Amino acid sequence: MKALNHDSDTVLEMRNITKIYSNGFVANNDITFSVRRGEIHGLMGENGAGKTTLMKVLFGLEKPEKGQIILNGQEVHIDNPLQALEYGIGMVHQHFMLVGSLTVAENMVLGLEPKNGLLFDYKRAVRETEEISRRFNLPIDANAIVNDISVGMKQRLEILKILYRGAKILLLDEPTAVLTPQETTELFKQLKHLRDQGYTIVFISHKLGEVKELCDRITVLRRGEVVGTADIDDVTELDISRMMVGKDVDLNIEKEEAKPGKTILRVRNLNYTNLFGKKALNNLSFDLRQGEILGVAGVEGNGQTELSEILSGLLVPDSGEVRIKGEPINNMSIRDIRLTNTSLIHEDRMIYGASADQTIVENIIADRYFQKGYNSKGFLNKKYNYDNTRELIKEYQIACDGPEARISTLSGGNIQKVVAAREFSSQPELLIVSQPTRGIDVGAAELIRQKMISLRDRHRTAILLFSADLTELLTMSDGIIVLYNGEIVAYFPDVKRINEEILGKYMLGLEKQSPEEIGGVVHEN
Amino acid sequence: MSDLLSMVFTADFLGSVIRMSTPILFVALAALVGSKADVLCIAYEGIMLFAAFGGVVGSAYTGTVTGGLLLGLLLGMILIGIFAYFVLYLHTRPLLIGLALNILGSAGTVFGLYMLTGSKANSTKLGSLTFPELHIPLIEDIPVLGTVLSGHNILTYVAFLSIFIVHVFIYRTGLGLRIRAVGESPKAAASLGIDVNRTKFIALLISGVLASMGGIFLSMAYLPYFTRDMTAGRGFIGIAAESLGGGKPLLTGIWILIFGAADAIGNLAQSFRLPSQFAQMAPYLTTLIGLVLINVFREKKKVNR
Ligand SMILES: Nc1ncnc2c1ncn2[C@@H]1O[C@H](COP(=O)(O)OP(=O)(O)OP(=O)(O)O)[C@@H](O)[C@H]1O
Ligand SMILES: [Mg+2]
Repeated sequence: MKALNHDSDTVLEMRNITKIYSNGFVANNDITFSVRRGEIHGLMGENGAGKTTLMKVLFGLEKPEKGQIILNGQEVHIDNPLQALEYGIGMVHQHFMLVGSLTVAENMVLGLEPKNGLLFDYKRAVRETEEISRRFNLPIDANAIVNDISVGMKQRLEILKILYRGAKILLLDEPTAVLTPQETTELFKQLKHLRDQGYTIVFISHKLGEVKELCDRITVLRRGEVVGTADIDDVTELDISRMMVGKDVDLNIEKEEAKPGKTILRVRNLNYTNLFGKKALNNLSFDLRQGEILGVAGVEGNGQTELSEILSGLLVPDSGEVRIKGEPINNMSIRDIRLTNTSLIHEDRMIYGASADQTIVENIIADRYFQKGYNSKGFLNKKYNYDNTRELIKEYQIACDGPEARISTLSGGNIQKVVAAREFSSQPELLIVSQPTRGIDVGAAELIRQKMISLRDRHRTAILLFSADLTELLTMSDGIIVLYNGEIVAYFPDVKRINEEILGKYMLGLEKQSPEEIGGVVHEN
Repeated sequence: MSDLLSMVFTADFLGSVIRMSTPILFVALAALVGSKADVLCIAYEGIMLFAAFGGVVGSAYTGTVTGGLLLGLLLGMILIGIFAYFVLYLHTRPLLIGLALNILGSAGTVFGLYMLTGSKANSTKLGSLTFPELHIPLIEDIPVLGTVLSGHNILTYVAFLSIFIVHVFIYRTGLGLRIRAVGESPKAAASLGIDVNRTKFIALLISGVLASMGGIFLSMAYLPYFTRDMTAGRGFIGIAAESLGGGKPLLTGIWILIFGAADAIGNLAQSFRLPSQFAQMAPYLTTLIGLVLINVFREKKKVNR
């Protein structure tokens, strides 16, 4: 190993990294990137810009075609995650890497199990978990089964896992994408605390506000190349988004006053008890009208998932009534519900939104292949389907190789665009959307939001919008209901009169409106 | 018919249920280890046949039971090693390679048998050895219970002891933890530097040892020689018992005893001049009925999706 000249407080440097995937796609093109000791460095860029790829190279999960990694002034070769961890580099992945049926302690020590003779020393695993959690002031229940803990706890466990393995440089790939605002605040406190103890953090996020708040410096990637590095105090949110997209982005959504029409979705006295015997929905009643966006706010786990799944036919309620355009849906199959011209964007896009091993065309036609045009006499109409898909790819700016690209080769944001393209292009009368822009860059998020507004205005679509992103909820919705413990605790007919703070109080159950106020969301008797 | 019933409720019969359960138990444990690693090996038939044949040849040529045990295990491990290599490293579909190995197991042993003895039916000419029976002092003298529990072949006790060993292995050792981790979320395991394929390979080898023991039981305990296709579907029935048990040890145990009883009734029925086809059908019929019942039950319990 030869020493290389470098800035004395630079702890890690990646030089001229080029990564070409086996399909010939250049995900990283001659990237040079450096991080100082004890800083939180934001890595930003649109979906598919190559952020995850760069971090995977650093963590030994992808082999670059070209380039050097210099750690503390020494060139190192990292061929697998174990080596990365030996060098003190740990990665928390965009999607959780946890074994759900094992306990927190078991996940913590997996691969480094403490032994007691031939046997696995579980007690020591618990002890060590508690120790590390105390040392970093990140409390966690070592004996809990991972499937049972909250998303925020899972994130914490992921961070503890790499700290336990001695990481000094933490690579966090979109750690806040799935967190509630409260959990994010908590995480930021912890990350700043780690930074103050001398840990170095690379933080990937699409949320400009977060990066502004948390990071010391940022590096922006665009289409696999570095656009620039800047001190956070020298740039505004607008500057960052301009660097990411390469042109000015309008962060404000223009929208006109809603002109609600007749009721499309009517929900009365809906009750649902989940698998664990918890009452997830408690006597819910509301109406959703044509040309209206009704936002649903709430801390995750307060009934949103259950509500969206009942409305789309994935779950059957204990009691109560749901009518779409006057038709009760209890005896409808999911296809029947879709044939009432209802579309769904599920929050879990990889399970309910897209089929990872299939191509874009196949995913696009999944809800319509049986209709005229898409097939004739039982055979798929290939040309028609491909032409259609090509148009959607253009319209939704999906970065891909073409209609035959497999979903699994797309970046997260582009997968969501495929889902949106399918669900929006059927021009639904009722649209149920959950977390439409979670983990998606500003450009793509803006596109998806604009499309929803234009559905509302042009097709008079009734839209029920679930989102953990309060800013999104407040800009997009016409009215908002707040769910707490499976109940509607507030209805705001006009979002212009409220803000995040007010919503927060109701979301945390600190306040509740009178039955009359809540009843305002029932427009029809 | 009433004679048959009266014979069912005897201590001898219960003893034979335990005997007939032994090979199924071994395979079910094998399938359990495999399923924890998320690999469905359907080659247990072939593996058992190889092991059964190896046991006979090994004991006949070395003159020792240990020789039989070792050759039996070796042949069984070779087969599951091939299975694991094809599935894990060459990404062959488990169903295809499993099918191929089962055919190889059946035909290969007959071929070997013919080469060594000139017979295509059984190995009586070889004069192979059997494992001893174990009479447990004290328990042996208890009326009924003694007949049921004592006097079984030593391998039967090994099988029941294996339940405990496998449990400890899966739930109390580091390797067991890794096997469960790679079976449930291979990506999570890989991200911690665990070699997923190697871990699955080891799990399959262990699974192979268990299945081979089931084969060896057939030719060195249940019968004192090898006969062609002597597994008679037990390699599949073991898998069925494991999956009917849904990963729950007690439930799996109950199913194994039910299948063992079906086998035992089959044997009894033959001596009562029922058409032998009916007798031989018993275990499969039980599997079918079991599958139907359990799935109807599960479907009812499931949330309506
Ligand atoms: N295994 C792969 N094979 C081929 N192409 C890939 C593979 N993995 C990623 N890509 C492509 O490389 C590009 C960069 O992907 P990467 O995951 O690094 O993006 P990202 O910046 O993390 O995006 P996001 O914000 O959506 O997570 C994308 O266009 C993606 O489609
Ligand atoms: Mg990414």
